[in-house]
Amino acid sequence: MRQFMKYFSASFLFISMVITSSIAIAADYKVGFIYIGPPGDHGWNYQHDVGRKAVDEAFGDKVETFFQENVPESADAERVMTQMALSGADMIFATSFGYMEPVLNVAKKFPKVKFEHATGYMTADNVSTYSARFYEGRTVAGHIAGKMTKSNTIGYVASYPIPEVVRGINSAYLAAKKANPNVEFKVIWIFTWYDPAKEADAAKTLISQGADVILQHVDSSAIMTVAEEAGVYAFGQASDMSAFGPNAHLTAIINGWAPYYVKKVKQGMDGTWKGAEQTFDGIGAGMVIIGPLSDKIPDSVKKEAMEIRDGIASGTLHSFTGPINKQDGSPWLKAGETADMGTLLGMNFYVEGIEGDIPQ
Amino acid sequence: MDLSEINFAVLVASLIVASTPLVLAALGELIVEKSGVLNLGVEGMMIIGAVTGFIVGVETGSAYIGMMAAAMAGALLSLLFAFIILIMQANQVASGLALTIFGLGIAALMGHPYTGVKSPQISTISIPFISEIPVLGTMFFQHDLIVYLSLISVLVIWYFLNRMRAGLILRSVGEDHDVAHSLGYRVVTIRFLAITFGGAMAGVGGGYLSLVRVPQWTEGMTAGAGWIALALVVFSGWRPFRLLIGAYIFGGITILQLNLQAIGVNINIALLSMAPYLATILALVVISMSRFRGNRGAPGCLGRSFVKIT
Repeated sequence: MRQFMKYFSASFLFISMVITSSIAIAADYKVGFIYIGPPGDHGWNYQHDVGRKAVDEAFGDKVETFFQENVPESADAERVMTQMALSGADMIFATSFGYMEPVLNVAKKFPKVKFEHATGYMTADNVSTYSARFYEGRTVAGHIAGKMTKSNTIGYVASYPIPEVVRGINSAYLAAKKANPNVEFKVIWIFTWYDPAKEADAAKTLISQGADVILQHVDSSAIMTVAEEAGVYAFGQASDMSAFGPNAHLTAIINGWAPYYVKKVKQGMDGTWKGAEQTFDGIGAGMVIIGPLSDKIPDSVKKEAMEIRDGIASGTLHSFTGPINKQDGSPWLKAGETADMGTLLGMNFYVEGIEGDIPQ
Repeated sequence: MDLSEINFAVLVASLIVASTPLVLAALGELIVEKSGVLNLGVEGMMIIGAVTGFIVGVETGSAYIGMMAAAMAGALLSLLFAFIILIMQANQVASGLALTIFGLGIAALMGHPYTGVKSPQISTISIPFISEIPVLGTMFFQHDLIVYLSLISVLVIWYFLNRMRAGLILRSVGEDHDVAHSLGYRVVTIRFLAITFGGAMAGVGGGYLSLVRVPQWTEGMTAGAGWIALALVVFSGWRPFRLLIGAYIFGGITILQLNLQAIGVNINIALLSMAPYLATILALVVISMSRFRGNRGAPGCLGRSFVKIT
């Protein structure tokens, strides 16, 4: 049924897409964006739209941007992107992992259109990928969480067991453990990116089992609302979520796509854009931003958190620095050794100390 | 893994909160189906209730007024459905699906300015004396008004259907509308009322979601709850008490599996996520097999259009 609704709404979107694109104004350079949800989600999609607006602002009349929201990760994505390409888009940003196949298919049909795919791993001559080292932000969040917890129990609401999410859990755990050796993590997987009721239930469960700081890797702001009501702490995800929990909100790991989008559009315009490139930037490049720190955090902890942030940005500090063992006790990194890109991108194991299994 | 980390009193209390939207919406649909109408628009009416309840709740500062507005919004939307299928005699399945899609779309439009707004608080009512009982008090007697109302409506609907003349008439319309019509009952009017009641209940269920359970407005926040409510009606064999049990089992396993995950229990998590659905179906199938054999309770005229015989 939900599938049916998806198709129905998508075909409706498609029709409206045709209408809107036919009245598009003629600018020199056209850039399209497709979003998995509404830009009004105050999370993932919101930040991509902030990036799009930055492009608008940077180039004024020379560039025209347009977007399509609520595009399912299916053949509908292919239709929407085809339509964008047909109506003259020079560059298309596809901003969700599941658009990978559709992007490659459409890219093959339109070799002159440049494609940028977020969080994917497959490229082509006219397809580049980009992702952010969100785990760097989680090192900072993990440190604050370890210092702020009184029950020594930190809850973590996770979406899908993919490397990106596992990386975040490991990174947050290592930092929290370093800040507070007694800390314990409780992880709940809810197998969705966006279901406010389920996210709220998971957060309530973690709180009832003693967690007094909640980290999340799901998209809605429901957890922040629950944390505020229960009087515990939480972190904003993708966007600043302090409006939903002024007392609960410690800080947010904000996705900063704007500099990247502006840079790439500029390259596209002056002909220096290259396909088959893979960008993986973090705090240093401004793709991951630590939001304002709450007044609830003691000054000493604030200072430490900023030191960690700056250390990661300058490269003196790495989220995964040995000695680190895997969950089963087998050694992963020797003392002083840092994790290599390949292992990070495919991470499918917990580090030592985290209890429970990663669902397979 | 340490089972003692799970607070079972809190678990039961939160399963009741998690199940209440389902109980409300499903009870409404039960009455609709008992009158012989299949309304697949529960999801749409719920989300309209959720958004309207939230908007009115925020504007007036009262969650209860919001809840009433949610009921009215659900009822209003269901009137559209009633008009289409009773007066225009359109296909009920198609019209119900259309109602869901329409509801989801219009709710997204209405709710746009209200994302990120804080909802008014709803206070819990601790029933004097018995709420002080350890464990049991926390489980059952420290809830908000809507939870108590949902339990009372189970009782009232059971009484209405099985002990009251009006309930008998409603059922007869659902069993055989031609016979009911020839006996002089106003089939269309009765169905109109039943559909409106169903819409109001679904609306309150949605309002409870956005005002109490989450509580905030986000697009598409019902996330399939209306479909689960519909399934519960069928699996409960159109019986209010079984419906309540089914909803609580569903909510209970949902909350239990989250708790089990959090204590790090060693069970396949995909299986745990599936568990609420499996357990609910199994439980209700077993109940319907053991007693009342041969009488599944499906109204005879369910889903059929009524054409007046002259």
